[in-house]
Amino acid sequence: MSDLIRKDASELAGLVSSGEVSAVEVAQAHLDRIAAVDGTVHAFLHVDTKGALASAAAVDAKVKAGEKLSVLAGVPLGLKDILATNGLPTTCGSKVLAGWIPPYDATVVTKLREAGIVILGKTNMDEFAMGSSTEHSAFGPTHNPWDLERIPGGSGGGSSACVSAFEAPLAIGTDTGGSIRQPAAVTGSVGVKPTYGGVSRYGLVALASSLDQAGPCARNVLDTALLHSLIAGYDPMDSTSINSPVPDVISAAKRGDIKGMKVGVVKELGGEGYQAGVRSRFEESVALIESLGAEVVEVSCPSFPAALAAYYLILPSEASSNLAKFDGIRFGNRVGDDGTKSVEQVMSETRAAGFGPEVIRRIILGTYALSAGYYDAYYGQAQKVRTLIKQDFDAAFAKVDVLISPTAPTTAFKIGEKLDDPLAMYLNDVATIPVNMAGLPGMSLPIGLAPEDNLPVGLQIIAPAMADDRLYNVGAAIERELLAKWGGPILGLAPELAGA
Amino acid sequence: MSAISQEDVAHLANLARINIPSSELGHYAKQLDAILNAVAEVSSLDTSNVAAMSHPVPMTNVFREDIPGISLTAEQALSGAPAVEDERFRVPRILDEE
Amino acid sequence: MAEATMNYDEAISKFDPVLGLEVHVELGTNTKMFCGCSTVFGAAPNTHVCPVCLGLPGALPALNKIGVESAIRIGLALNCEIAQWCRFARKNYFYPDMPKNFQTSQYDEPIAFEGYLDVDIETDEGRKTFRVPIERAHMEEDTGKNSHVGGATGRIHGADYSLVDYNRAGIPLIEIVTKPITGTGKYAPEVAKAYVAALRDILRGLGVSDVKMEQGSLRCDVNLSLRDTPESKLGTRSETKNVNSLRSVERAVRYEVTRHAARLAAGDTVIQETRHWHEDTGISTSGRTKSDAEDYRYFPEPDLLPIAPSREWVEELRATIPENPAVRRARLVADWGLSQIDMNTVVNSGALDLIVDAVDAGVDPAAARKWWTGELSRIANDRGIELEELPVTPTDLKRLEELISTGALNDKLARQALDGVIAGEGDIDEIIKARGLAVVSDDGPLLAAIDEALAADPAVAETIKSGKLAAAGSVVGAVMKATRGQADAARVRKLLFEKLGVSE
Repeated sequence: MSDLIRKDASELAGLVSSGEVSAVEVAQAHLDRIAAVDGTVHAFLHVDTKGALASAAAVDAKVKAGEKLSVLAGVPLGLKDILATNGLPTTCGSKVLAGWIPPYDATVVTKLREAGIVILGKTNMDEFAMGSSTEHSAFGPTHNPWDLERIPGGSGGGSSACVSAFEAPLAIGTDTGGSIRQPAAVTGSVGVKPTYGGVSRYGLVALASSLDQAGPCARNVLDTALLHSLIAGYDPMDSTSINSPVPDVISAAKRGDIKGMKVGVVKELGGEGYQAGVRSRFEESVALIESLGAEVVEVSCPSFPAALAAYYLILPSEASSNLAKFDGIRFGNRVGDDGTKSVEQVMSETRAAGFGPEVIRRIILGTYALSAGYYDAYYGQAQKVRTLIKQDFDAAFAKVDVLISPTAPTTAFKIGEKLDDPLAMYLNDVATIPVNMAGLPGMSLPIGLAPEDNLPVGLQIIAPAMADDRLYNVGAAIERELLAKWGGPILGLAPELAGA
Repeated sequence: MSAISQEDVAHLANLARINIPSSELGHYAKQLDAILNAVAEVSSLDTSNVAAMSHPVPMTNVFREDIPGISLTAEQALSGAPAVEDERFRVPRILDEE
Repeated sequence: MAEATMNYDEAISKFDPVLGLEVHVELGTNTKMFCGCSTVFGAAPNTHVCPVCLGLPGALPALNKIGVESAIRIGLALNCEIAQWCRFARKNYFYPDMPKNFQTSQYDEPIAFEGYLDVDIETDEGRKTFRVPIERAHMEEDTGKNSHVGGATGRIHGADYSLVDYNRAGIPLIEIVTKPITGTGKYAPEVAKAYVAALRDILRGLGVSDVKMEQGSLRCDVNLSLRDTPESKLGTRSETKNVNSLRSVERAVRYEVTRHAARLAAGDTVIQETRHWHEDTGISTSGRTKSDAEDYRYFPEPDLLPIAPSREWVEELRATIPENPAVRRARLVADWGLSQIDMNTVVNSGALDLIVDAVDAGVDPAAARKWWTGELSRIANDRGIELEELPVTPTDLKRLEELISTGALNDKLARQALDGVIAGEGDIDEIIKARGLAVVSDDGPLLAAIDEALAADPAVAETIKSGKLAAAGSVVGAVMKATRGQADAARVRKLLFEKLGVSE
């Protein structure tokens, strides 16, 4: 197997732009890797060999012509199958969309294509991003490269797995309640959920519109920042997009200096319910941060314990409405249209056959929470709790520059372990959800392996809105120390995959 | 919070246009009941003087100029449709008028 | 099946009607409410669509600024308060003509609320003003169009399947809802009609919509209930949809009064339901019963940000509101010295603005009115076009009137000059020159023509001399014909009488 697959994105971009290696060679090396290992990992739902090689060839032509290239031109990427791609299937991990080919590109996809990023294919996910394990994909689960019997996190398990299995140096995920950060944590990779409104949602198939945000996944902080800077920015097609300059995440990722910073440990996100190894690695990180000259203080966010409950009302409510369009009329599959049934019956059969049980559960829950007579007690109350969560963050950031917590309460669990226990599954996102509720940026950074199971643990870093650069500054500072301590990237410790 | 019955699930499924077989209603009712009990925690906080938050970014008045953009061709628009006739989306008979 | 009805006068003697009117107006913006697709009527199916208005997965709405401005201006013209802060909401229900299976609308936070519109109607005691209270005006989007295939009628009932065109989906709509209108008594049908007519005038004056009821750009739903006395609580209402002409508004109210009264008098209850109006038969039929009313699960639209119109912006928009059409008409009646009937003729001919423009350019009001409601209306009518489409400018009319007052043109020649303008031959003076249109003022050719006419009809000279002056008409006519209309008829008459030695 080519050593190109183990290189960082920034290094690959340098090799391509200098002409030392062609983008086609880079793409082919990753396509070969996918062919070798994805049968066991199943990170991809659709591999676009032809399209990848064509866009790589286009980058090579630009190199030959001496044209200016973007910072990541020629670097391959896995794209979560929830972003619309013109001419390429987009399924959201759902049978209801199997075979659908959008006639347009998401804004993020347009930006990637314009930057000469080589899109290898679409990555697996929990159906419509509902889940924390990628087991709810209608097309079968993705396996964690660290232990194929375990989950790679979710909903963006395909994106995190393809990065950690060296199938792609970069991936795009989307994060509604932790779907970039929790998969990053359990696969030993880096993932960032940008500030809500920082990256356009146009073409991101909505789960919960007021929570969704696309973001970068990579194997180190700098690569993540480079990808972040490419996809971020104002988009008039997304009314909730923020029209102000993108925070300078690249400089921050290169700086990594936290001397004199104030770092808050969120009291409510840790302790009881968190795995021992997760706690010990987190405590080590706190000590490391202090050793780098930052002041660490404990911060209390008293509303956070209610965040999970509020989230599981707001998300299903918005989702029940967002997913109404999947009715087999304008696109996607139609079921039961035998010429005798009414459109109402056909819609109902299409949706029953097209949606998996978790999607149906959440649609029913959201329908209930929005219905007359229950709105105030459920959806209305959840929105008020949301305000309280935002106020907790505001108060915390009046005292500290960033907040930290473990990203997920546990390391990767076994496939099937929590599949029919929705409440146990929902608890995976307990630490990541408050960030989405307030629209803030958050990062998950690998901080080592839990001693009891030798599986990766993630540190969550949270910054105020539009201060995404702070995540990268803090992340880079910690990463530098850990790489020195480990003698290389943590993914080097992952077992070799069969076929590699 | 009150328990959710099979009839409730059937009613909600009808509102959401999902044809859940009656044999599965009980299973869903049980799970939804458990979830509703858990999310009842939203009522644990005092929110009597708290405004509801519908949007995470406190912006207002975001408008688009009234200038035509690019539309799809009929072919593109209809490309993903399960059934097409006469440049239109073909749908099964409609029971009642809205 | 027609239901039982009661004679209208009897119904009104027994019950007190309460009206409610919901009007949907399609805005005449260039693009749809939430995307850049065209709103032009009559395009090939599914060509004015994009991922947004087709509701494709991932697409997001972006709000049309002119849509919002139009809503605010409509609100101001209807004497409404303008919200300091309001949001869109999603109205969730499934229907194949609605791409997202929710309508982006406004729910409990309309952009305009608490207004009124005064309307005048003729009563037994003369002209009387009714104040129609307006509850709200809010923004929403239109649906696509279904056409039904198979079955006998092409209607929804009995159709085998339907075809959907989403060109109309997403076109901006403003829904204007009245509060219950009470105190109209027997004039309920007239008040309803006058309200919709006045609303149409206002919307046209604002330039926000073409308000063509027959094309569906203004649609009206009529709510009606009866109660025993004005002191009783409100009765059960019916909601009659598809009332798409002014005449139908009046008829639908009248019909529902008679239908409700018959039911109530027979001891039946009125069913709360949606009814469909049938223009051809003049009755309504039962549609969907509202007892199992859909639960629309409204919630604030997360994809669109709140609208908080600054008071400065509202005042800027207020400055663009034209004078209320009814107030303006009353002013013009006085200024021009018209009767109310004359004014009605002007308004019905659609010439009011054109006449005002001509008068502003210096044309005498009576002359401007004569041209626009006479000759020009006839021409527009013959051609099947609107008056505004005629290329006649106020300057043209002013020049024409000048030439007529100096005697350089007569009416017939003036009409020919206008024909030239409409045919695009240039301005009035160019046409007169090119067509050689001028009154013949030299008596020589006129006297020769008179001689010729008298020679052709030897008896007529004696007839005139005998005192039957009316007989002169045929001679004048013959002279006008001989001079191709370029003679001054009064001058011909004078010369004729001089020649015959007759005094008038």
